[in-house]
Amino acid sequence: MEWEVVIGLEIHVQLSTTTKIFSGASTAFGAEPNTQACAVDLALPGTLPVFNENALRMAVMFGLAVDAEIGKRSVFERKNYFYPDLPKGYQTTQLAEPIVGPGHVDIETDDGVKRRVRIHHAHLEEDAGKSLHEDFHGMTGIDLNRAGTPLVEIVSEPDMRSSKEAAAYARKIHAIVTTLGICDGNMAEGSMRCDCNVSVRPKGQEEFGTRTELKNINSFRFIERAIDTEVARQIDLIEDGGKVVQETRLYDPDKNETRSMRSKEDANDYRYFPCPDLLPVIIDDSYIEAIRDTLPELPDARRARFIDEYGLSEYDAGVLSGYRAQADYYEQVAKACSDAKLAANWVMGELAKHLNQHDTDIKESPVNAEQLGGLLVRIKDNTISGNIAKKVFELMWSKGGSADEIIEAEGLKQVTDTGAIEKIVDDVIANAGKQVEQYKAAEPDKRGKMLGFFMGQVMKATGGKANPGAVTGILKQKLDALCD
Amino acid sequence: MSLDRSDVERIAHLARLQIDDSDIPSYTENLSSILNLIDQMQQTDTAGVEPLANPLDAVLRLRDDVVSESNQREQLQTVAPAVEEGLFLVPKVIE
Amino acid sequence: MFDKTLAELAAGLRKGDFSSVELTSAYLERIKAEDGRYNSFITVTEEQALAQAKAADASIAAGDAGAFTGLPIAHKDLFCTQGVRTSCGSKMLDNFASPYDATVVAKFKQAGAVMLGKTNMDEFAMGSSNESSFYGAARNPWNTDCVPGGSSGGSGAAVAARLTPAATGSDTGGSIRQPAALCGITGLKPTYGRVSRYGMIAYASSLDQGGPMAHTAEDCAMMLNVMAGFDPMDSTCLNREVPDYTATLNEPLAGLKIGLPKEYFSDALDPQIAERVKAAVAEFEKLGATVKEVSLPRTELSIPAYYIIAPAEASSNLSRFDGVRYGYRCTDPKDLEDMYKRSRGEGFGAEVKRRIMVGTYALCAGYYDAYYNKAQQIRRLIQQDFVRVLEDVDVIMGPTTPHPAFRIGEKNNDPVSMYMEDIFTLSLNLAGLPGMSVPCGQVNGLPVGMQIIGNYFAEAKLLNIAHQFQQVTDHHKQAPAGI
Repeated sequence: MEWEVVIGLEIHVQLSTTTKIFSGASTAFGAEPNTQACAVDLALPGTLPVFNENALRMAVMFGLAVDAEIGKRSVFERKNYFYPDLPKGYQTTQLAEPIVGPGHVDIETDDGVKRRVRIHHAHLEEDAGKSLHEDFHGMTGIDLNRAGTPLVEIVSEPDMRSSKEAAAYARKIHAIVTTLGICDGNMAEGSMRCDCNVSVRPKGQEEFGTRTELKNINSFRFIERAIDTEVARQIDLIEDGGKVVQETRLYDPDKNETRSMRSKEDANDYRYFPCPDLLPVIIDDSYIEAIRDTLPELPDARRARFIDEYGLSEYDAGVLSGYRAQADYYEQVAKACSDAKLAANWVMGELAKHLNQHDTDIKESPVNAEQLGGLLVRIKDNTISGNIAKKVFELMWSKGGSADEIIEAEGLKQVTDTGAIEKIVDDVIANAGKQVEQYKAAEPDKRGKMLGFFMGQVMKATGGKANPGAVTGILKQKLDALCD
Repeated sequence: MSLDRSDVERIAHLARLQIDDSDIPSYTENLSSILNLIDQMQQTDTAGVEPLANPLDAVLRLRDDVVSESNQREQLQTVAPAVEEGLFLVPKVIE
Repeated sequence: MFDKTLAELAAGLRKGDFSSVELTSAYLERIKAEDGRYNSFITVTEEQALAQAKAADASIAAGDAGAFTGLPIAHKDLFCTQGVRTSCGSKMLDNFASPYDATVVAKFKQAGAVMLGKTNMDEFAMGSSNESSFYGAARNPWNTDCVPGGSSGGSGAAVAARLTPAATGSDTGGSIRQPAALCGITGLKPTYGRVSRYGMIAYASSLDQGGPMAHTAEDCAMMLNVMAGFDPMDSTCLNREVPDYTATLNEPLAGLKIGLPKEYFSDALDPQIAERVKAAVAEFEKLGATVKEVSLPRTELSIPAYYIIAPAEASSNLSRFDGVRYGYRCTDPKDLEDMYKRSRGEGFGAEVKRRIMVGTYALCAGYYDAYYNKAQQIRRLIQQDFVRVLEDVDVIMGPTTPHPAFRIGEKNNDPVSMYMEDIFTLSLNLAGLPGMSVPCGQVNGLPVGMQIIGNYFAEAKLLNIAHQFQQVTDHHKQAPAGI
């Protein structure tokens, strides 16, 4: 049977406010345990919440960015359950009247599938603390620094039909929130976490299959792998005559499997009701429009501009506009070297490779955009070749400094003096009798390929510094002269 | 409206309250009598009436995003039942 | 000295008749000697009180004293007091020395007040008799076999027994007004949002409101001057100007329009109380007020609405008491679940557990609309009734309670009959309106109270009316036998 996969995502985005959603404690990551949990965050008796305007503003920014209706009246509710990292015994969240109503984003997968994914709604809520399971004499330690950090939970419709689409959607949300500057996008630190609702149904069937929820996935790669694994499990199960059980499952990236979170909580009843300590949030058009005026260029618009203004391919434009810091970096490089395509190749190639290898965010790149631009200028003015440039880049990355400084210090300046090159070419030809004979014997249209050997010899003799264009010309001219 | 034993047990579990077995009948009776009292409400027609969550129908005030709380861990943890290395300790959480 | 009002004591301090240390020591001695009979204090803060009194004397000597400098008061034990046990009348918080001050407590400190101690109360303010306190019931000074009312029963008893000239209270369904009535003192529940709730341990957030309890309306005005006002820490506290409540106490009452709701004078009301209230109303007519009958048809519905909304909010508000970060934790929990259930099962008393259970049930998925939502709709209808009546009259008057103080233990096994004692007070909390209880005589040797209900933020008017009444009557000056 042919199966269709149906996926909906719930993405939790930590807002990059300075303080918590309902208290004046700092949200900075990585502090000593419980040093950023104030009386309100600890839910001390008698304490009360006061709402952070910046969290509201950021949620509205997101809503505008996905073309959503903004809730002019939104209401905080309490979701009641007991857990040690939930100090009040309830999570303050929104349910019936969220801040962001229906909206949508357009996605495109690597293999070119385009789709509009509808957003059901997005709501504001508070994050919980963390349970640390290292052994404290058989006890669990609770750190409440994260408790009360503002989150926007973005709930999609079940509109995605493959794990690739799910990952593309998550990437798009990531691009939007980082472009807006409302989230640092650091998935390793949990700034963006993803729950995937996954089901399968026979192709053509309208009714949805029973879904499972994969909790707390924190990388794009794992979204794809977790969904693929879960889809395979569900199909196997059904084809073996079994039934999918609606449940929450955990993806284990080490074993590449999903497993049921066997919670004793058979029938949890969250007993939602409007939080009586908080009044309805009421905003008007002028508040919303003032925020709209501050919105930066969004990823879709930037992508279109990259195609239009820089002549980039759709793919390159998509990748480069996908992350604000990267897009900003790219534009600076392009400007500095006045060659948009060369800049794109380097940012997506050599730079991306190094960032990946060193697990570094582009914002922390040891080679900044201006420096990379300076390097590309030297390729363009033939001071160095592309290959030497890679060597220079490597040194810029590891030791710092500008391209010019390194080229100078390492003596990597390209030899463009044709006299000098001619002399070297003559030496190479003189010492390669066998290859010269082969060259002469070859059909004229095959000879071009054979130039490579001589080229290599010349480069070896010059330490790679000879201008490749000049070398090719001279080699060809001298060898062809021998053939006549 | 009356509740039975299993209702009482389920509610006690949701509320995380240990209730002695011997007390369940009195809870059952008590809760049922309160719920009977409450059934009076059902006779009132409230169709179209907007629920009143807050007596003043006021609007939420917003706070500036400025840090106002410094580290008070030591003071706040003086009242904690079990603390180690700045963490609150609880019986092992099994996930 | 112990019969003096706050206003008189303030005058004495200013004139140098006595120092704050002398005053404070006298009250502390009296508490030590007498409170064994009333059990009105949970904690007496002698050392701190004397230190505050000393500081007050210094500022009086330096000439920078305010209206409240050096005056002793007590706080209901649900106001958080830094470094001092704040028990909320519960085993759950028996070991809880709050790391911070409630806004109300901080305001009194700032005003130079002296805190004598923390008064007894129904556990988590859930009760109308003080019998649900972990520390044992407080007793009514008029008859120690009777309850002082609740939940601010300790405050009521302490003021009536002259163990403190005044005390703070909180009122969720009548918890200031009912004990004030049963103890023969004056109490005011302000408009919801007038007094900060920050640091006042929540029972039902949308109903709770702190307020003053004292001998006279004038004293209540002095206290409200300190307590009222905007607090950035409480989102439900209104940013609205606070008048000087003592400035308008002497406005004449000529032309005042009083409404008497016919539903408040039903069969449920002790006829002798009805008589006392009507006699009081006659005094107002002498002062130039006019009286008419009005109707608050949903009065009875306030009981079911309240007993859904308050427990529902409480069930959620009290979830934070889980034995993790503060408060009682059971010994040797075998796992997390066990820790939760036993800490809460052992830490909370029977009435608290009962209300948590009711509230939990009312919020469950299948019942939310029938119970919680319905109750909130009825709440609006009740509010609309008041709004309509208060367009027609300036204030509403009636009894505070249907009966005088009942005997300790009398209603223990019948929560619903206990709830009926709140019938005249609950609806104000549902509507958020201010109300006062003012002594208006005695029935069988026990004091009874008249309730005065005003429009939103009409506290100054209520205090003015009560003060004028107290200028021409002496019910508020009566003291229990032997005091």
